[in-house]
Amino acid sequence: MLRIQALDVYHGYVQAIRGLSLHAKEGELLAILGANGAGKSTLLETLAGLHRPAKGDILLNGKSIAGKPPEYLVRQGISLVPERREIFHSLSVWDNLLLGAFHRYRHAKQEIHSDAREILEIFPALKGREREMAGTLSGGLQQMLAIGRGLMARPKLLLLDEPSVGLAPMVVREIMATLARLKNTGVTIILVEQNTRSALRVADSVLIMERGRITFSGSSGEIMADSTVQQAYLGRRVRPAMAL
Amino acid sequence: MHIADQLLQLLFTGLTLGSIYSLIALALVTTFNITGILNLAQGEFVALGALLAVSMYAAGMPMAAAFTVSVLLVAMLGGFLERFAIHTARGASGLTLIIITIGLSISLRGLALLIWGTETYSLPAFSKGGPLFIGGAAVNPQSLWIFGLTAITLAGLYAFFELTYWGKAVKASVINRAAARLVGINPHTVSFLAFTASGALGAAAGIFIAPITMTTYDMGFMLGLKGFVAAVIGGLSNVGGAVLGGILLGILESYSAGLISSGLKDAIAIIILLAVLLIRPEGIIGAIRERKI
Repeated sequence: MLRIQALDVYHGYVQAIRGLSLHAKEGELLAILGANGAGKSTLLETLAGLHRPAKGDILLNGKSIAGKPPEYLVRQGISLVPERREIFHSLSVWDNLLLGAFHRYRHAKQEIHSDAREILEIFPALKGREREMAGTLSGGLQQMLAIGRGLMARPKLLLLDEPSVGLAPMVVREIMATLARLKNTGVTIILVEQNTRSALRVADSVLIMERGRITFSGSSGEIMADSTVQQAYLGRRVRPAMAL
Repeated sequence: MHIADQLLQLLFTGLTLGSIYSLIALALVTTFNITGILNLAQGEFVALGALLAVSMYAAGMPMAAAFTVSVLLVAMLGGFLERFAIHTARGASGLTLIIITIGLSISLRGLALLIWGTETYSLPAFSKGGPLFIGGAAVNPQSLWIFGLTAITLAGLYAFFELTYWGKAVKASVINRAAARLVGINPHTVSFLAFTASGALGAAAGIFIAPITMTTYDMGFMLGLKGFVAAVIGGLSNVGGAVLGGILLGILESYSAGLISSGLKDAIAIIILLAVLLIRPEGIIGAIRERKI
């Protein structure tokens, strides 16, 4: 579904991604872990078209999309939920959701209204707040809104950058449960997380990044089962997973 | 004339001018919010709108048709200039883009000079009849047209931004350009729309004011400058502030010209601009109302 080949990305003169290659299958949830500055967010932003790679290629279903602008990539089925949420603060919750489906509004006006109602079913905490300004919501609700807006695009590839930052554990569990349900519908998800335990619970496979490179690649089961790998790559032991 | 009547008379004059400044400021602020570009050719859109309408009316076209065609032509010119000059220079610094708009302003003024010469033109008032007396003030019917048409234009813009999906998409671009791109809103399309709309707004303002002012090839410079001052009073990024800034500037200009000296008519805009930039660069109204659009 997604194949990245020998990708190099720079921030000015600083190389943020170094020769990175990876492959994600349809319906796979791939977690990317690593310390701050490892290049995780840059990778997601490059996939969403916010950075132009200096070298390498990105193939989505066999088609090269490297260097294409974000508005084109949304139409190809890539949706990024950025770390800082980037919701439209002075628009209502409902308008934020509807704008998430901007690229298909012209052809599916009625459909996007029913999609927005479905999102409210997925995140019932947003129900009854449709007319409120998005900027007045709590951090958790804003995160749900950002994810909901991302889902409104009906993505084939959903990119989530630190969705659990600053959220209460209960909200994090809700979001992770939603992601688990979503991948079962065939959506490929790449999840960048600092909250290792939560990410490992839902991920099928895991990459660990360090200074722009992948230093570990395997299944979440492999990491969970091997405390040596955890110590070596994550610098700590991850407690056993709890049921969702 | 009694002083109260004189003050009322000057207030109506100020509101008339202020309405025009509001429209120009609104076009400047909308373009600035969406594209980050201060379009210093905005005044030329005003002049071209008025001059085109004058020529078309003189050629026998009915006033309503001359108005519509002029507004459409200047809107198309705005869109064309965005594609031709702004879009091709995308990625250039803000200063470079401003310099490009100055170049466009000079070019358009030169073009207007070639076509219309240095003569002064005028349009007839939109309706016949003598002045209306409100209180002790005589109000020119054209002023009422200007109030009404400005109000309709503002209401139309409000409805577009608040009630339509496309309006909300444009608003989203203003609020957060990067996030708007992430949901698929093309900033280049929005920039094109902003320049097209600013052309239409400028032309409409020029035609509204043409019956009560001298229409010349270079009228856009001073009107554009006053629109800019109104936008600065409003905080430059505040649409409501731009409208109020325009009204405030029109009233101050009218009172200073009427009560102190007519020589102050244009100078007052420069004095206010300097005062705002020195004392309150975030704008008088912009500081009070932070909300954009």
